[in-house]
Amino acid sequence: MPGKLKVKIVAGRHLPVMDRASDLTDAFVEVKFGNTTFKTDVYPKSLNPQWNSEWFKFEVDDEELQDEPLQITVLDHDTYSANDAIGKVYIDIDPLLYSEAATVISGWFPIYDTIHGIRGEINVVVKVDLFNDLNRFRQSSCGVKFFCTTSIPKCYRAVVIHGFVEELVVNEDPEYQWIDRIRTPRASNEARQRLISLMSGELQRKIGLKVLEMRGNAVVGYLQCFDLEGESGLVVRAIGTACTLDKLSSTSAFLPACNSPSKEMKEIPFNEDPNPNTHSSGPSTPLKNQTYSFSPSKSYSRQSSSSDTDLSLTPKTGMGSGSAGKEGGPFKALLRQQTQSALEQREFPFFTLTSFPPGFLVHVGGVVSARSVKLLDRIHNPDEPETRDAWWAEIRQEIKSHAKALGCHAVVGYSESTSICEEVCILSASGTAAVLNPRFLQDGTMEGCLDQRLSWQPGFFSIGSEKGEVDFFPQSQDSSSLLGIEETSPAGCGFCHIPYDELNMPFPAHLTYCYNCRKQKVPDVLFTTIDLPVEAMVIGKGCLIQARLCRLKKKAQAEANATVISNLLPFMEYEVHTQLMNKLKLRGMNALFGLRIQISVGENMLVGLASATGVYLTALPTPGGIQIAGKTPNDGTYEQHISHMQKKINDTIAKNKEIYEINPPEIPEEIIGSPIPEPRQRSKLLRSQSESSDEVTELDLSHGKKDAFVLEIDDTDAMEDVHSLLTDAPPPPGFYSCNTEIMPGINNWTPEIQMFTSVRVSRLSNITLTNQMLNKNFNDLCENLLKSLYFKLRSMIPCCLCHVNFTVALPEDELIQVAVTAVAITFDKNQALQTSKVPAEKSLQRASTDNEEQLQFPLELCSDPLASQPFSPAKEVLESASSHTGIPAAQRVASLDKASPLAEGHARHRSVPCSTNSTVTVVKMTPLSFIPGAKITKYLGIINMFFIRETTSLREEGGVSGFLHAFIAEVFAMVRAHVAALGGNAVVSYIMKQCVFMENPNKNQAQCLVNVSGDAVIFVRESELEMVPVQSSTVISQPTSAGGDVTT
Amino acid sequence: MTNDLDIFVGNTTLIDEEVYQLWLDGYSVSEAVSQRLRAGALEQPGAGPGAGPGAVLHSDTLDHYRTCHMLERLLHAPPKLAHQLLFQIPPERQAGLIQRYYAFDEPFVRELLGKKLSKGTKKDLDDVSAKTGITLKSCRRQFDNFKRVFKAVEELRGPLVDNIQQHFLLPDRLARDYAAIVFFANSRFETGKKKLQYLSFRDFAACAQHLIQHWTLGAVDSHVDDMDVDLDKEFLQELKELKVLVADKDLLDQHKSLVCTALRGKISVYNEMETNFKNLSRGLVNIACKLTHAKDLRDFFVDLVEKFIEPCKADRWPPSDMRLFLTQYTGSAHALDAFRHQALWDRYMNTVTACLLQMYHD
Repeated sequence: MPGKLKVKIVAGRHLPVMDRASDLTDAFVEVKFGNTTFKTDVYPKSLNPQWNSEWFKFEVDDEELQDEPLQITVLDHDTYSANDAIGKVYIDIDPLLYSEAATVISGWFPIYDTIHGIRGEINVVVKVDLFNDLNRFRQSSCGVKFFCTTSIPKCYRAVVIHGFVEELVVNEDPEYQWIDRIRTPRASNEARQRLISLMSGELQRKIGLKVLEMRGNAVVGYLQCFDLEGESGLVVRAIGTACTLDKLSSTSAFLPACNSPSKEMKEIPFNEDPNPNTHSSGPSTPLKNQTYSFSPSKSYSRQSSSSDTDLSLTPKTGMGSGSAGKEGGPFKALLRQQTQSALEQREFPFFTLTSFPPGFLVHVGGVVSARSVKLLDRIHNPDEPETRDAWWAEIRQEIKSHAKALGCHAVVGYSESTSICEEVCILSASGTAAVLNPRFLQDGTMEGCLDQRLSWQPGFFSIGSEKGEVDFFPQSQDSSSLLGIEETSPAGCGFCHIPYDELNMPFPAHLTYCYNCRKQKVPDVLFTTIDLPVEAMVIGKGCLIQARLCRLKKKAQAEANATVISNLLPFMEYEVHTQLMNKLKLRGMNALFGLRIQISVGENMLVGLASATGVYLTALPTPGGIQIAGKTPNDGTYEQHISHMQKKINDTIAKNKEIYEINPPEIPEEIIGSPIPEPRQRSKLLRSQSESSDEVTELDLSHGKKDAFVLEIDDTDAMEDVHSLLTDAPPPPGFYSCNTEIMPGINNWTPEIQMFTSVRVSRLSNITLTNQMLNKNFNDLCENLLKSLYFKLRSMIPCCLCHVNFTVALPEDELIQVAVTAVAITFDKNQALQTSKVPAEKSLQRASTDNEEQLQFPLELCSDPLASQPFSPAKEVLESASSHTGIPAAQRVASLDKASPLAEGHARHRSVPCSTNSTVTVVKMTPLSFIPGAKITKYLGIINMFFIRETTSLREEGGVSGFLHAFIAEVFAMVRAHVAALGGNAVVSYIMKQCVFMENPNKNQAQCLVNVSGDAVIFVRESELEMVPVQSSTVISQPTSAGGDVTT
Repeated sequence: MTNDLDIFVGNTTLIDEEVYQLWLDGYSVSEAVSQRLRAGALEQPGAGPGAGPGAVLHSDTLDHYRTCHMLERLLHAPPKLAHQLLFQIPPERQAGLIQRYYAFDEPFVRELLGKKLSKGTKKDLDDVSAKTGITLKSCRRQFDNFKRVFKAVEELRGPLVDNIQQHFLLPDRLARDYAAIVFFANSRFETGKKKLQYLSFRDFAACAQHLIQHWTLGAVDSHVDDMDVDLDKEFLQELKELKVLVADKDLLDQHKSLVCTALRGKISVYNEMETNFKNLSRGLVNIACKLTHAKDLRDFFVDLVEKFIEPCKADRWPPSDMRLFLTQYTGSAHALDAFRHQALWDRYMNTVTACLLQMYHD
């Protein structure tokens, strides 16, 4: 009996009137956990009852604690008839099960009814007393922390990143059970909500067990999804990345026991590693002030530790040593071997993370994806979900082999999704093939990872020695080769270098020497599913790029249907890819990050929607333009038309370059060494799709021998394509958008954020639609949606829409549903302007200045977790002290630039008003992993909620829009209430994973299912931090960064 | 292609001030859209090039209207707004929303002042709407606001203005205006007569404030129900005692001579005053004596105008002279040895003076 759950019902307020006669309510509460139920007394005749109950105690084992939600039902007592339910609250008590999260859940929760929505609030206090249980064979996994965030959470460092964990559980869907015919919609909805809650708990527990087996203590990038398979059941599946995390505040406690003098130093670099990526390019907060925060002497004193960044990030060594790209070969092989050994034990070397500690990512191969069309059948034995497991295993195997073909052993930024229509299901998986630095991957004991650390330690110190610091060259024999390779991959471009063998390329690609280091080969275009690495050097700003596509499909049944879909898929992928490539060129950019391709299936069509953030990587060649070629020569008017189009395209490219400030430096040929060849389009997207028959087909997405920048206009279709290329309007002035965490090229965020969800359902008017019509409609739908967003948020200008996440669904014939969740973040315009001018020259100087900059921005020893807020990248650059990697930061200066000191005053006044007199805690929500201008001081646990809302009076509730508007607002409210009850003031990495909307206007009915998740956190405004006295190790370096942030 | 469903929900509830006002003003979505188009909403930054004319605005307006509609329920009980969880709105924005929801059009309230806030009155709002040019929707909202506030505070103890502030979180001035409206609705003072048309809502509001302060139960005892809404019956009864001032010929003459002595040479309308003194005094005292009758109480303002303001206006009294006269008139009564109701007299005259001064204009 390892746990005691204690619940107290305090009071209710704003209850609905349940007794028409008295206009009052006689409310009481049932508290249920597992099979035990307690009741409060009836509080008669009040809409604001004060129950002040005793503590209800449930003695349960921890397995149950993990699986079961606490269920609180508020009822109206009725002497003569059955008691009427007012509504329910489900509380996930998981956050109370590990020590570092919340200790108590206490607060006002909306009382939710699936038919009426929110009906008043109830004040509840929940506590858990856990007893130690040393049983090795336990089925629970209490204590394993879960994070939705797809990077190492801010106040932790990764000791080991173990790798992929996955699990799925299946059950019958209550909505399809026979009993559903005789029970009320409310009962059915509640059964579903409860079941899913239970299944999520079970799933999480099972994943936790796997993590414990791997000797990890946390799951990062946890993504849980539901597949509503209808008749055939309900699948809840989850993937994540198992890690061993250390809380940064307690760093010292985790120092390994061995006493070597070097130990501490080794330790330190680690601390800083975890966070950085999120920062990638856009240092969020105003860079400005931070510079002041440290005195030169301070920085000097930290010098020794500052060398800590890992070698791959220190280009200068590479430059000096003259290790040419060619020498990279053997090293590469060695490195591969090493990594392989680290990854070998793992069935699937996948990582759901999208941003990584610096140095983790050695090379990126490109996007790998796999799709498979399956026919759903009833799941006969829910306890043995083998079919579903097998399906996913198959797909993952495929992904793995694609990655291998790209010369990579790992897949990062990995995600899985499904699209279901009737009995056909498309399973999709995608990720980015990559070569990883094995040091984070070591399994096993502390000893092991210590060794690992030692092995790369030398790198640091050799750098240090150049600076006249400690010369320390310890026991790194086996990994010296590793170091070698790392040295040759300078930060900022190393990840772009091809991981595959030049002579044995997996697909026709065009390679050039890296425009940054000139030592290694790079592709001409790079597609990835991850966030822009921190160290990446970028010119100008990024932008959201979408490819949109509809394809009609014949209605068919079962197997025939699956075949039709399978046949269509390759064409869709090809076209999506072509669109992306063309749009990328049109913007004068050469790389895509955060690529997410969604293909949804409906009754009579397929829809493809790809979103990504385009950027210009300095390491990659400048993209060529787009040439249009006509097929019918000698026709004067036709050629005139063609040349007109060509001009339009060229103009658009020029305009885009201006908008996104892409002005790469002209590089004289000699420097490059090899001629810059005519760019050719090439695909890094390796995909395949397998049909139910499991047959795997590979599709070469490159345009064969054709010169791929040439668009041939040989028919009206092609003409349409060109037109559609040009219809994407750039965001209005003052707006930027991206689907990654932060916007490359913007680094002076101000703290105003606005997270929103927007949903549109469009009816395609006539049935005799053509593909072109569909495409146009779908394209308009997305474009208009974006326009509306810009208009709505105009008061926030200048601002950037970050993490713009589109999902598309085909709920019925002729209906397309698009849902967007994103966050608008304001930034300081003046600084931005400043910034933009610098990068070009900067990047040229970069190599030479690196050294100095390094010296100027030493790292702080105990870099603090807080400082490493994602948003601070910019600061770090300058002031850097704080967190991670001084060196990459320094380099980043190149692209980001340092506008700082100037703009100091600007952001200062923008602060978000904080509420004082309201009893309701203001809870920020954001899909990002950080909050601009603030530090996350604590993670309180994962929020994972599932709601169903149904109405039988659709018209009265304002039609479908009114119904869904209210529901989404209610979902936000319930998420906020749960976070506030945990003691938090924000949700980060918020995501709406599902929004299934069904309507039946004839019956005046509608139903919607929503699944959301995120991490509840406590954040502190940096400006407030300043006032907090330094108390703990966590805070040590705060003054620095805090100082910097005054502005917020 | 039509949008069946189109929603936008922000974590912080976004409410465009301009759209909120259009909604309050009772415009339909399409009217609001065309107003916004005319106001050049699309030229604002963020509209972007080529935004389908009106389409973006239409969607935006609909969205705001929906939000307003959902908020309305909460605005009916403003304290709920601060505690509810559904909409995350910064407190200062909440205050703004409430204030604007309860703000009213003075021409509209002027029409309604003193009328019973009943269903019948509500039915006649279309006439008011036609007369004032305020949309019927807006009239109804304002009417409902009056009625809601009336209902909420009618049975409460304590000062009226405080109660209104507490229950509706209104700023001070707005709360005072509502107190006046409630007071008028409760006492049903006649304000619609032609003679009173020249008076604005502000005039009546100021008078109401004086009456509340000095003539209600609350003026003497702050712990009774309805203390600020109902006039002090006992006081009205006692006012009959003042009759002596005009009924007793000696007293009247004495009073007149005291006032005349004091004002001689100080006011420009001395002669007119002297001739009219008895009429004016009779008028004011008779008003006081009749206030026990409900009908006469209702005609309080009509009587003030008929019996005092009109004669003065006819003689073109400057306001300063009227002030002097009323001060002397009130003060001199203290020198009348035979007159023993000094306190009562002051309570009556101070308020009447304040009202008269407020009402004496063109």
